[in-house]
Amino acid sequence: MTDGFTINHLVYLLHGLVWTVVLSALAFALGGVAGFFVMLARTSTMRWLRRLSLVYVQIIQGTPLLILMFVIYFGLGVIGIELPPLMAAGVGMMIYSSAYLGEIWRGCIESVPRTQFEAAECLALTRWQVLVDVILPQAMRIATPPTVGFMVQLVKNTSLASVVGFVELTRAAQVINNSLFQPFLIFGIAAAFYFCVCYPLSVWSRSLERKLNVGRR
Amino acid sequence: MHYQFDFEALLPYWQSFLQGAVTTIEMTVVAVAIGLVIGVLCAIARRSAYPWLRLAVGIYIEIVRNTPFIVQIFFIFFGLSSIGLTMPVFFASVFAMVINVGAYTAEIVRAGMEAVHPGQIEAAEALGLSRFQIYRDIILMPSIERVYPALTSQFILMMLSTSITSQISAEDLTGVANNIQSYTFRSFETYIVIAAIYLVITYLLRFGFHAIALAIFPRRRKLGTPL
Repeated sequence: MTDGFTINHLVYLLHGLVWTVVLSALAFALGGVAGFFVMLARTSTMRWLRRLSLVYVQIIQGTPLLILMFVIYFGLGVIGIELPPLMAAGVGMMIYSSAYLGEIWRGCIESVPRTQFEAAECLALTRWQVLVDVILPQAMRIATPPTVGFMVQLVKNTSLASVVGFVELTRAAQVINNSLFQPFLIFGIAAAFYFCVCYPLSVWSRSLERKLNVGRR
Repeated sequence: MHYQFDFEALLPYWQSFLQGAVTTIEMTVVAVAIGLVIGVLCAIARRSAYPWLRLAVGIYIEIVRNTPFIVQIFFIFFGLSSIGLTMPVFFASVFAMVINVGAYTAEIVRAGMEAVHPGQIEAAEALGLSRFQIYRDIILMPSIERVYPALTSQFILMMLSTSITSQISAEDLTGVANNIQSYTFRSFETYIVIAAIYLVITYLLRFGFHAIALAIFPRRRKLGTPL
């Protein structure tokens, strides 16, 4: 404990925060695309595809993200792919969020009244048209609050990328703490940063939910 | 590209894996049991007549729900030891988990309580039930029954989060795996094996929670359906 917490440390933490946000955005964008396909597979008319995607979702939701990170980190090394830590962490977060988002969106699709599907089929729309023109616009309204809520989970879970050596906010805090050993201060600041990102999302999600439920009250 | 899988190298360590799994389950059960009580108390406090109590509990819930578990663990474990309060890793881990479970449970149970129709409470008052009876029989049990699925999946997420306690060198399943892979250099295989073990524990817990639901909820209806 030679010197205290300086402005340089704060800048380092802020850099970590930027990488946390970048990783979250990457995970959400990639995971969203993959999650869309998971959702399609989960609601497919082909039974084997439904089963296969169910197994995928069950495995991802039944194992810790930390372990998924380790498997990808060591697994990619084993088959000889050298990815920069950002990509390795991004792939882990993508797989993780694809399973959760796919499952959230499946629930939203299935909560659209059955008659909407039937009416659209009666109009001789193709399956794709039914989905894009009839179901998705309705499902998207239902899907927004839980999706925003999941973004909070996503931001928080990027902290696990620290274990595979990606320097985001948590890792940055650990590095500083190792030299200063003022854990209350440093992890307190890190927690405050996370809170500043997550809390607005939480509030947003809740207000969306309230708006959605107005008609049902 | 020519990787030879070697799961046999892990066979001699099966007892360690088992021990780690048992520790993970122990941590989860203890943390969930205490966290459930704290969560229910916090949910009740959120409806309290005192604004300061509602505010204090609200701040606790929001802080825990909007920061990562790993930061909470570091804050508690390293923080407390920096002021000279050292404790066993198991205890520190469970402590952090209790705080975490408590906040999430409070929020879920509160949502269930809000769904209880005011008319039911008024009817209970009209029948002369005491405050305690109203809370237990009219508000708490039905709302827990209603949010039971959300509650159990939160508990299972908590079980998965115990893996994070390995970062403060707890001897849970992940901590054990970290040791084993450093002995055997079979990291890929080790993590695949414990991923499978976590999956098994997840299903065991789901089964256990279902059995508990059958035992404690008198009415045999689909869980989580509106009252």
